Amino acid sequence: MGMKPLLEVKQIDLAFGGVKALTDVSFTVNKGDVYSIIGPNGAGKTSMLNCISGRYQPQQGSISFKQQEITRMKPNQRSSLGLGRTFQNLALFSHMSVLENILVGRHHLLKNNFASGPLYWFSGAQKEELEHRRTVEEIIDFLEIAHIRKKQTGTLSYGLRKRVELARAIALKPDMILLDEPMAGMNQEEKEDMARYILDLNEEWGMTVVMIEHDMSVVMGISNRVMVLDFGSKIAEGLPEEVIDNEHVRRAYLGEEDDLLEAAV
Amino acid sequence: MISLSMRPCGDFRTSYKADNQIFETSTIRWLVVATIIALCFAPLVLDAYFLTLFIQVAYLGIAALGLNILVGFTGQISLGHGAFFGFGAFASAWLNNEFGIPVWLAIPLAGWLTMVVGMIFGSPAARIKGLYLAIATLAAQFIIEDFFARAGWFSGGSYGAAAEPVSLFGYTLDSDQSFFYIALFALVFMYLWGTNLMRSRDGRAFVAVRDHYLSAEIMGINLNWYRLLSFGISSFFAGIGGALYGHYLGYVSAEGFTLMMSIQFLAMIIIGGLGSVFGALLGTIFIVLLPEVLESVVALIAGTGLLPAGSVAESMAYFKEMAVGLVIILFLVFEPQGLAHRWRQIKAYWKFYPFAY
Repeated sequence: MGMKPLLEVKQIDLAFGGVKALTDVSFTVNKGDVYSIIGPNGAGKTSMLNCISGRYQPQQGSISFKQQEITRMKPNQRSSLGLGRTFQNLALFSHMSVLENILVGRHHLLKNNFASGPLYWFSGAQKEELEHRRTVEEIIDFLEIAHIRKKQTGTLSYGLRKRVELARAIALKPDMILLDEPMAGMNQEEKEDMARYILDLNEEWGMTVVMIEHDMSVVMGISNRVMVLDFGSKIAEGLPEEVIDNEHVRRAYLGEEDDLLEAAV
Repeated sequence: MISLSMRPCGDFRTSYKADNQIFETSTIRWLVVATIIALCFAPLVLDAYFLTLFIQVAYLGIAALGLNILVGFTGQISLGHGAFFGFGAFASAWLNNEFGIPVWLAIPLAGWLTMVVGMIFGSPAARIKGLYLAIATLAAQFIIEDFFARAGWFSGGSYGAAAEPVSLFGYTLDSDQSFFYIALFALVFMYLWGTNLMRSRDGRAFVAVRDHYLSAEIMGINLNWYRLLSFGISSFFAGIGGALYGHYLGYVSAEGFTLMMSIQFLAMIIIGGLGSVFGALLGTIFIVLLPEVLESVVALIAGTGLLPAGSVAESMAYFKEMAVGLVIILFLVFEPQGLAHRWRQIKAYWKFYPFAY
């Protein structure tokens, strides 16, 4: 393809003191991809996602999104650039209702502030809030969570909370959405639903998806590119079928000695 | 926060606007409006004692709401709210005495000045949290108190400052009856302001910062700014409350704005309900009425003649302090969500009676 990649990660090094979390990781994600990152526990998958979303700053390397250098950009500035994400361990605002949680996602798109918001009826804040409410309701319809929209998120079941978190990330109106284990802890039916939502997001809403997932049937089923991390290094990348047959990947998952890894570490 | 719907059967919401209104049912809304209208006639009926109590509830309640925005909604802590309250009182008197700014304008301006001061002293919040922030705001309390005592040009030093009464359209509102309307207007205005803040963008951002600051940041919320802004808004409310207090008493003395006052504001919002606009008002009413009720209880005990009369009167002062402490402990143990939560439960009880839920 002649077009430039949406996300370009170049030679990322990330270390916490003496512990190397990521070593020389590079990859690119094209617009429209469903890109999966897999690997054993502690391989550095979430650290990679945290570098992209701004939670961590890598010591070396660069990350560019939409041809714009974002390596040192603050996390809250990345959302208006079109980056959204969900978390592995639920990170909802547990005392707010589902509706309010999703509305927080609209933060960077709303204009009313501490001075105009309180003048609700006179400053146009009401009109603006209601317009965004309409958009939020579309997301609620899409994810089929209308029945819980007024519930406090702290009281919801795990599967529903995951869905609310996805809704909140969609509300950011991102071009690329980062999903950290969207199916963890779900039963088969919930997983199938979630896979459907992710595909719809990708195909109908036009969002590029980068996700971390352990369930290999899901990864094989919905992603079109896969990267494998082990001990902070990229050991394979390619089409799902290629990756699954890769010798290094098999070893990483079975925990055997691997000369390629030795060389990298 | 409990998500019990208080709407009667068949009361469906057919527009987002209707779904987003402040009061849950139109009955509640009309009751509140009726109460406010009834209050407008209060000065004609009630004697000065009750008017004084109401005015106290108004200026303290405004400041308490500010503290609740900081502590209850944003999840920060301040032990210097009493000092900000005092700063508002002095600032308004100073603006009026020094520059001849009319009082009705000096009060909001004092609010803005206090907001700036609050943001300066709140700036450590960008870096520190919890106990460390508590100590930092404690420092603010003492620095500002010291400033009142030393800055003679601003506060009149140990003499204090005279604060002119409010005058509007040539009328001087210096009686309890007339100031009552100022207090009522300010209370309604500021509580509406707070309520609307909490259902718009920045109010949600505050709660998001409280509940999960890491994901709030990913959602595009600038943590430092909102932590600072929360201090600013909280001080703004304190400043308005303080300014009203000053112009009501006609005189501001440097002695009143101690740590004890800051703790009392914290007591109000803990008793009323952290993170509830209505709770701030309930808590203020509670704390204002507590000494009055105690006084009548003590009078009752003294009236029985079981105790020597002199000793009761002497220990009265200790009773009040102890009672506030005791009440906070009891609320923390039995009703940590405050009076606002209890109020919702009472409503639920009536709605569902005779069933338990």
